[in-house]
Amino acid sequence: MDFYLAAILQALCFTPMCLGIYITLKVFNFPDITTDGSYTLGAVVCALGISNSLPLIVIVPVILISGALAGIATALIHTKLKVNALLSGILVMTALYSVNLSLMGRSNIPLLNRPTFFSFSIIPDTELNIFLITILIISILIVGLNYLLKSDFGLAMRATGNNELMIRSLGVNTASIKIIGLAITNSLVAFSGALVAQFQGFTDINMGIGIVISGLGAVMIAETVIRLFRIESMVLNLCCIIIGVCLFQLVLAFTLSIGIDANLLKLLTSCFVLFIVALPNSKWFKFLNVK
Amino acid sequence: MLSAKGIHKSYGSLQILKGVDLEVEKGEIISIVGASGAGKSTFLHILGSLDMPDNGSVLLNGTDLAKLSTNKLSAFRNEHIGFIFQFHHLLPEFTALENVCIPAFIAGKGRSESEKRAQYLLGLLGLSNRSHHKPSELSGGEQQRVSVARALMNSPSIVLADEPSGNLDSENANALHHLFVELRETLKQTFVIVTHNEHLAEISDRTVHMKDGLVI
Ligand SMILES: Nc1ncnc2c1ncn2[C@@H]1O[C@H](COP(=O)(O)OP(=O)(O)OP(=O)(O)O)[C@@H](O)[C@H]1O
Ligand SMILES: [Mg+2]
Repeated sequence: MDFYLAAILQALCFTPMCLGIYITLKVFNFPDITTDGSYTLGAVVCALGISNSLPLIVIVPVILISGALAGIATALIHTKLKVNALLSGILVMTALYSVNLSLMGRSNIPLLNRPTFFSFSIIPDTELNIFLITILIISILIVGLNYLLKSDFGLAMRATGNNELMIRSLGVNTASIKIIGLAITNSLVAFSGALVAQFQGFTDINMGIGIVISGLGAVMIAETVIRLFRIESMVLNLCCIIIGVCLFQLVLAFTLSIGIDANLLKLLTSCFVLFIVALPNSKWFKFLNVK
Repeated sequence: MLSAKGIHKSYGSLQILKGVDLEVEKGEIISIVGASGAGKSTFLHILGSLDMPDNGSVLLNGTDLAKLSTNKLSAFRNEHIGFIFQFHHLLPEFTALENVCIPAFIAGKGRSESEKRAQYLLGLLGLSNRSHHKPSELSGGEQQRVSVARALMNSPSIVLADEPSGNLDSENANALHHLFVELRETLKQTFVIVTHNEHLAEISDRTVHMKDGLVI
């Protein structure tokens, strides 16, 4: 398979997760570390479902629910026990590692030659078929999320991240907003994990390590694009996430293609994200008058 | 209509409020003054159910705020209490009109009905031709008036303001203070306002002095 095409397909599988991270950042103003655990959880649930020959129509809701439960756990720890949001996420992520390992019973489950999402054949060409299927899934997600974010509930979610005291003073129960919000975003993340597992043909216990950073990097690129072109429409904002993930994966693919050791991938990812995060504060970027 | 009795509040071993009482009648403008750290904001947050007292009770229109569940309390706040903060806290992505509408949307009211009332309030505050501007396109005084309109959106029984003019120059501050008096005349609106501003304290009906967690 063409190297860059593979990177794009991988990016498309990451997109639901990045949509989730985008919403958490907007809504809660912090990155949710639960992501690392719920991503693997989705892949694990998917692998178990598929290897036990359950129909996809059963597997998908279970994946979504498993992610939602992880998100709810983080939200409850944060809102009810008043634990710092980042720490709540780390706690749940760490706990999920054991949960995932126990569910799997071993550290790797292969999914080759099993029926997956990508077994549905729209067109004969395998890669193009995967491309179409992921685009279809993402379109449905974007339409749904656009609707959600524009609703009264979505408004309250967005305002919660902007200023919690204010939105509370207007009569919003921000605790429930956070619980429902994290449930939604983590089910998106779990779904992404499941997509990636099916795409790469296996679930691995370590596949989620540092995934939140990749997602964050993609979202940061997307936000830069949004600011650069002053994009206001919510649908286009969400579409920019796709651009962000693809660019991010292409850059990683490029660095690997010029012969950088794959063991350095996480280091590279971190440096790349650092670069993206620091960029908007840099002098020449301010010079472009982006704000 | 608002009655707070024996309000106590501590953070750790630090006693902030040591038994504060306050009675407010409908249509009154009350200002709360006192040194920084006297506990004014803490008291105002407790009056508005954003914070719970360790001891003592707050009754608004006969409802004991401590007896409501979190969900009921949120709904109660939405319907009966309006807040104005030192910083306007308007949402940057939304226009003035949309910002003013938010409390109505939270209450589940329809868009056209809400926009009509928001437009009316913006007109009342002299902002009719600013309704489609984003907060960043408004002056400090205008931003604060939008947040006043937002506080009035659901016709609250009481408006609680924490240093509403603290971030404005004296001209804009005076205009805002007169606006409060006007709103009291036209809408019989009740206000409790925490302030460091002497002009505002002068034009209010009653001034409450707080010191060391007590009213003096
Ligand atoms: N969440 C909190 N945790 C711990 N201490 C707090 C908290 N909120 C307020 N305090 C403390 O309570 C005291 C009173 O604070 P408060 O904000 O009510 O004062 P204030 O009278 O409004 O002062 P200012 O005029 O400066 O706004 C301060 O000493 C403050 O440090
Ligand atoms: Mg204060």
